[in-house]
Amino acid sequence: MTDIQETTIWEGDIQQLKGLVSERALAGETMVLNMGPQHPSTHGVLRLMLELDGETIISCVPDVGYLHTGIEKNMESKRYEQSIVMTDRMDYLSPMNNNLVYCLAIEKIAGLDVPERAQVIRVMLAELTRINSHLVWLATHALDIGAMSVFLYCFRERERLLDIFEIVSGQRMMSTYFRPGGIWRDLPAEFFPAVRSFLEDFPRRIEDYERLLTENPIWLDRTQGIGFLSADDAIKLGCSGPVLRGSGVNWDIRKAIPYSGYEQYDFDVPLGVHGDVYDRYLIRMEELRQSLRIIEQALARLPEGPFRSNNRKYVPPPRSELGQSMEAVIHHFKLWTEGFSLPESEVYVRIESPRGELGCFLRSDGGNKPARVHFRTPSFVHLSALPAMAKGYLIADLVGIIGTIDIVLGDCDR
Amino acid sequence: MNPVEALQAEFGDAIQAVEEFRGEITVTVDGARIVDVCQYCRDTEGLQYNFLSDVTGIDYLPQEPRFGVAYHLYSMYQNRSLRLKVLLPGDEPAVSTVTGVYPAANWFEREIFDLFGVTFTNHPDMRRILMPADWDGHPLRKDYPLGYETVQFSFNFDEVDKFKPYAKE
Repeated sequence: MTDIQETTIWEGDIQQLKGLVSERALAGETMVLNMGPQHPSTHGVLRLMLELDGETIISCVPDVGYLHTGIEKNMESKRYEQSIVMTDRMDYLSPMNNNLVYCLAIEKIAGLDVPERAQVIRVMLAELTRINSHLVWLATHALDIGAMSVFLYCFRERERLLDIFEIVSGQRMMSTYFRPGGIWRDLPAEFFPAVRSFLEDFPRRIEDYERLLTENPIWLDRTQGIGFLSADDAIKLGCSGPVLRGSGVNWDIRKAIPYSGYEQYDFDVPLGVHGDVYDRYLIRMEELRQSLRIIEQALARLPEGPFRSNNRKYVPPPRSELGQSMEAVIHHFKLWTEGFSLPESEVYVRIESPRGELGCFLRSDGGNKPARVHFRTPSFVHLSALPAMAKGYLIADLVGIIGTIDIVLGDCDR
Repeated sequence: MNPVEALQAEFGDAIQAVEEFRGEITVTVDGARIVDVCQYCRDTEGLQYNFLSDVTGIDYLPQEPRFGVAYHLYSMYQNRSLRLKVLLPGDEPAVSTVTGVYPAANWFEREIFDLFGVTFTNHPDMRRILMPADWDGHPLRKDYPLGYETVQFSFNFDEVDKFKPYAKE
């Protein structure tokens, strides 16, 4: 017969646990349980150290870094243009937003103007990416809580969005479509029918999802009154995006500090009342509709004109000029051999990504490579707020709370 | 209320420099006063920087003071931002934590400790966050080796040989 006492002794360093869990855990009164790093509902490789009293969570200590790839360090040894591809890999569910914030930071230092057409295309694609990201969120969030069919419907629609991204950039996920001064190439003709048919279909699809979930008693039971976060706490903990607005704080960066011409679009910012998982669900569903509105307006007002800046110090000349203009050849050669240099300075740019405030701190030391790039990623901040949201709820609710902050671990660990 | 004038009136010499670039104001603050400055920025009527967006570290090697810590504050009431910066020496850089004023700083400061080796005194949980707990060095420092292998020539054969990963007893 095996000795049970023998097998349950924990062999780690007890000093590491002190301060993270209560004294009761050290005495063996409560249970310390690892959730993850390989767990289907942690949306990647996230490890949570839970202290449980029965099924109630007393404390929750997130352990991140499993997906740390040193992107910030890596970008320091790449030229400005070369490192755009790395930004895609951070938040792989909304790559265009990552491209956008990095390009905006470069454009801010360089003082580079982006033509109107490029701005409208950027807005349109950023909103399509938002829908794409929210669809994956809804799919996995519902799947975690047990609604299997929503997952399949969401991924069906997401497939159409990925096709649209493939039409514009040649890539389904890692598009690298935005470049400093504009975009990589103009929209191809196939883009417009694809987006129009999506815009026509999608409102009905949102209704389908809502019919499956919004008044579903199981969904209500699992989400209402769970993961409460007060408005004060949300601001203190640095929450942004749907998590902050779920607690009733009206702060959307697209409205407060407009970028890429967002001030010209007419859209509403949905707000929550209760600050629970259900309110955040309602907000993201409404954001899907508002994103559709923005895309419709962008399609209607898409102006003719250049799709990237005319400033040849930062933006390569069009192919057609290379055969005729010596200057174009020189600019092309310079951009492809040494890239462009930015004056010594530091900027911080923030945009509203599907998850919340996505910030980019860029420091240039006058060379052609960034001296320091830092991304303020919403997943990182929201995960640090997870203990405050999870405390006192059941371990089964934790699955819903992780889903509601919509984390992407690539975004968190960078 | 102008944040720069208010800070200069309140803290005098502790405000070391003020820069403006493309509409972004950077106020360099004496590291010993950073908690007071943050408290003042958050609680003063007319400033109300209630939201801490981001804290990040910068390595200015070979300059001295070598390290910088930048705090990006945002005021939802006034809709404006402010960057506070603290400069720290290259030798044992340390600054007091602002988690007491802005709880959001908790993980950001852990990240800076992990990747730059800047210690935040009185921090509630000063552990590494992204790198493994037993990692040597701080990767975002400019003098951190990038992992290339030094080429072995006759003049430095033994020197480089010492670091080769041969099987040892």
